Amino acid sequence: MADQAAVSHTEHVAETPPPRKRRLPLPTAALSPLALLILWEIAARLGWIEVQFFPAPTTIAETFWQMTRTSQFWSDIGISLSRMAVGFTMGAVPGLLVGLAMGLFRPARSVFQPLIAAIYPLPKIALLPLILLIFGLGEMSKYVIVAIGVFFLMAINSMAGVMNVPAIYFDVARNLKASRWKMYFTVALPGALPGIFTGLRICVGTALLLLVAAEFVGANEGIGYRVWWAWSVFWVKTMYVGFAVIALLGFALTYAVEYLERRFLPWQGR
Amino acid sequence: MKPKIAIRNVSRFFDVKGGTFQALRNVNLEVGAEQFLCIVGPSGCGKSTLLRMLGGLEMASTGDISIAHDNPARPLTAMIFQQESVFPWLTVEKNAAYGLQVTNNWRGAESAERVTYFLEKTGLLKFRDFYPYQLSGGMKQRLSVARAFVTNPEILLMDEPFAALDEQNKLLLQQELGKLWEEFRSTVVFITHSLDEAVLLGDRVMVMSSAPGHIKQAFDIPFARPRDFLELRQQDDFHHLTRQMWELLRQEVEAARAQEAGRLSQERARRNG
Repeated sequence: MADQAAVSHTEHVAETPPPRKRRLPLPTAALSPLALLILWEIAARLGWIEVQFFPAPTTIAETFWQMTRTSQFWSDIGISLSRMAVGFTMGAVPGLLVGLAMGLFRPARSVFQPLIAAIYPLPKIALLPLILLIFGLGEMSKYVIVAIGVFFLMAINSMAGVMNVPAIYFDVARNLKASRWKMYFTVALPGALPGIFTGLRICVGTALLLLVAAEFVGANEGIGYRVWWAWSVFWVKTMYVGFAVIALLGFALTYAVEYLERRFLPWQGR
Repeated sequence: MKPKIAIRNVSRFFDVKGGTFQALRNVNLEVGAEQFLCIVGPSGCGKSTLLRMLGGLEMASTGDISIAHDNPARPLTAMIFQQESVFPWLTVEKNAAYGLQVTNNWRGAESAERVTYFLEKTGLLKFRDFYPYQLSGGMKQRLSVARAFVTNPEILLMDEPFAALDEQNKLLLQQELGKLWEEFRSTVVFITHSLDEAVLLGDRVMVMSSAPGHIKQAFDIPFARPRDFLELRQQDDFHHLTRQMWELLRQEVEAARAQEAGRLSQERARRNG
């Protein structure tokens, strides 16, 4: 598609398509993390750093490898992922609907915006004790803390998405006599999708953070629990494996959202 | 004959910080069916506001606008804007089809043919599956021309459609629009700040005053159609007309400048005081 576009342009008008979002090629992007790991390895081996706290990367990798062969490792990941999925859905769907309503209708905005403005700055993690109190130590408290974090981000970003759709597109629809509902579905919603995807991308990080924190204190399985437990028994390498798994999950989920965005919004030209 | 558009004593006020701003004052004009009317005026004279009223995007504060809707099967108006207005999330083809689809006037193969026809006419057929980000500014503007023509409106409303384009593209698009219009006569109200453009395209040209805008004078353009724009630009009549209009317009542009300067110094005084 891209090549085709470039070719057709030259024969038509001397104007280049807008510049693409530049990504570092993977080998270049991997250089500095790799250098850091090597430095860390050398420092650990030469005793420059305390291996009790900073075990050499190769020894962590070995622990990682051994852990992947236990069923507990996979069930921890599975349980954390399913908690995230449920909590994410519970927060994102209402957040999206409330956000779209706020963007489209002034009455909805005047009802919800002050509430959201008041609650949003509160770090959601501070609510955890209350949520544990209400929902107990079971699964529901994990769902709820993730859902709350996701809800606000989705509501705010979907609202901004709708409100940032340039007025000219509504003018076009109105002039062509589009009905109210047609206008929502052919202008407001597609125009808001980039904002909605921005919301989803930010939500991945927040959801992971809240889940891990909730699992620290109120769970007996899951990745967060495993890291906390490793601390309490001083299995430092297991703790590092936990960090790595959390980072990889965050990376993979963010990538998945970006993939979906490119797939469903090809018109952004990314 | 009953005019297609009749505007009587229309004024428009806007609420602005610290009072009201009068954009239009007692505008009176008539446009005949299938007439190509151009309106020129200094920037800020309310000509876009007038056009938006005709397009149903804005209400008159006082006065009366009546537009004859002769054929209910055709939409009354379609607007072409100065800014980029093609939907970035639709392909070229779907953008062109938008007006018919959004009003449930899509008639299968017949409509598809119509879309194809106007994409061909505007040189966009090869790019039917492209998204707007892949198009140049001139192509996007041609697409909004196609989108308007596809709906087959009784009245085409154009708000400086070529103002944002480079000179070469502008010349080409003017010529293409002239040809399209000669083929599909409809009533046109065309806003521009270019006297050349107004005289080349219009049957009639109205010069508006600076704000609050009203019609200063109307000129009938005598040139026969089809018009050859290159040829026309060489004629003495053409120069004579644009010269006459410019004399008139210059006073208004100078008045608009003075207004602007006055407004700025007032603002500065308020800020400092």
